[in-house]
Amino acid sequence: MDSAGDIGFIGLAASLVLVVVAFAISLRLRLRLERDLVVSVGRGLVQLLIVGAALAIIIDPDTPLVWSWVWVVGIVVFAAATVKRRAPAVPGLFWIGLAANGVTAIVGFAVAFGLGIFPVRGTTLVPVAGMLIGNSMKSAIVVAERLVEALSEQRAEVEARLALGQPWVVASRPILRGVMRTALSPQIENTKALGIVFLPGAMTGLILAGVDPLDAVLVQLALMYLILGGVATTTAVTALGAVRRLFTSDHRLVALPRSQRDTG
Amino acid sequence: MPEGESLFAFESVSVGPPEARRLHELDARLPPGGLTVVAGPSGSGKSTLLRLCNRLEVPSEGTVRHRGEDVALRDPLKLRREVAMVFQRPVTFAGTVLDNLREADRDCDELRGAELLERVGLAATFLARDANELSGGEAQRACLARALATNPHVMLMDEPTSALDAQATDVLERLAKQLVRDGTPVVWVSHSEEQMRRLADCVLLLAAGRVDREGSAQEVLGDG
Repeated sequence: MDSAGDIGFIGLAASLVLVVVAFAISLRLRLRLERDLVVSVGRGLVQLLIVGAALAIIIDPDTPLVWSWVWVVGIVVFAAATVKRRAPAVPGLFWIGLAANGVTAIVGFAVAFGLGIFPVRGTTLVPVAGMLIGNSMKSAIVVAERLVEALSEQRAEVEARLALGQPWVVASRPILRGVMRTALSPQIENTKALGIVFLPGAMTGLILAGVDPLDAVLVQLALMYLILGGVATTTAVTALGAVRRLFTSDHRLVALPRSQRDTG
Repeated sequence: MPEGESLFAFESVSVGPPEARRLHELDARLPPGGLTVVAGPSGSGKSTLLRLCNRLEVPSEGTVRHRGEDVALRDPLKLRREVAMVFQRPVTFAGTVLDNLREADRDCDELRGAELLERVGLAATFLARDANELSGGEAQRACLARALATNPHVMLMDEPTSALDAQATDVLERLAKQLVRDGTPVVWVSHSEEQMRRLADCVLLLAAGRVDREGSAQEVLGDG
């Protein structure tokens, strides 16, 4: 096979040269990231190898399709747990994240498979779910973190609005709009820069695996549109769900930590 | 004083978790009219007490009454339009001064806007000014006009001059006294004894979340 799809373990080991470069830079500039680097590379390697082995079983044509659906549900639950972990100040965020990623998966699948863009197979279901939910999860995290931060930083403005008798829905609206724009902008910018600044993941993977570039482009475009829609859906569901939990039923803003930004 | 006549009555009010109370079983009554100054050192619970009056905070224990009625039973949105508030630092919203007034009264036209600004000593030309470009004193007066746009029965003022210079402070104090003369009682939080002497008809002195002294300005402050 002359495609780049089977680099083998020797190829993988060769690519670690760049990790060594990163390690050397960290050491030389005393960034103290060496341990993190080793852990992240090791953890990523083990995780992906396990996932690869599991996927090989799940997407095998002889494996019942139900296992692919189980995998998808697992992704959605894991995504919700990750969102919850990143913005613990929002009460009930796990369920909001579950609803947001669940709705995104349902809408995305309805379009991707209902309209026949992709055939319903393990080889399409699992990767499409991964890309869709992976991107949606990132935007849900941005929305939840940024919402807590913005409401905390702009508490004076929100309370000035509440003090005028505005209901929480109205008082939080300017902040909610700003936060949703922040969460959606990167995906819109990514879509704008498609092909010019970067070649997106699925397309790069397909070309590396020897697929005709035009076919790869069509798959990528369909995925990007799905992701864009998914990110918008997740952002809206998370933002609206989270903001509701940050106000009491008598229109008071709950106590919030000064900053939620996780730099780790 | 009969309970029904108090502007606000605080009955065994505590705020905050037991290990970090901001107010401790506080009992106090604010008179129905005039300008009441709530004073005390930093951390004594002045602002917390004020925020209980319009339900930006709720007591952990006890009852807060407004003219005899338990505020917990009132519609908070309606209560806040009747019990307006001006904050320590002027908080203007994006847009013009007229846009700001419309946040309080959707139907506020230029004529009504000019009337509101006149009450706080600002010219009608301010209506078109960018609210975020105003000086501290102008912004605080615009905030007072915005608070007045809900036609409140009471005005709460939480150290409204702490970020202002002497001249702007003087203007705001005169506006508060004018509000009282026009029949709107004012509850003013201050940590300055001089300001208390200039303004107060009645004084409620707090210390560490409890009432230290309360009464008429003369009773509490003496002739000092």
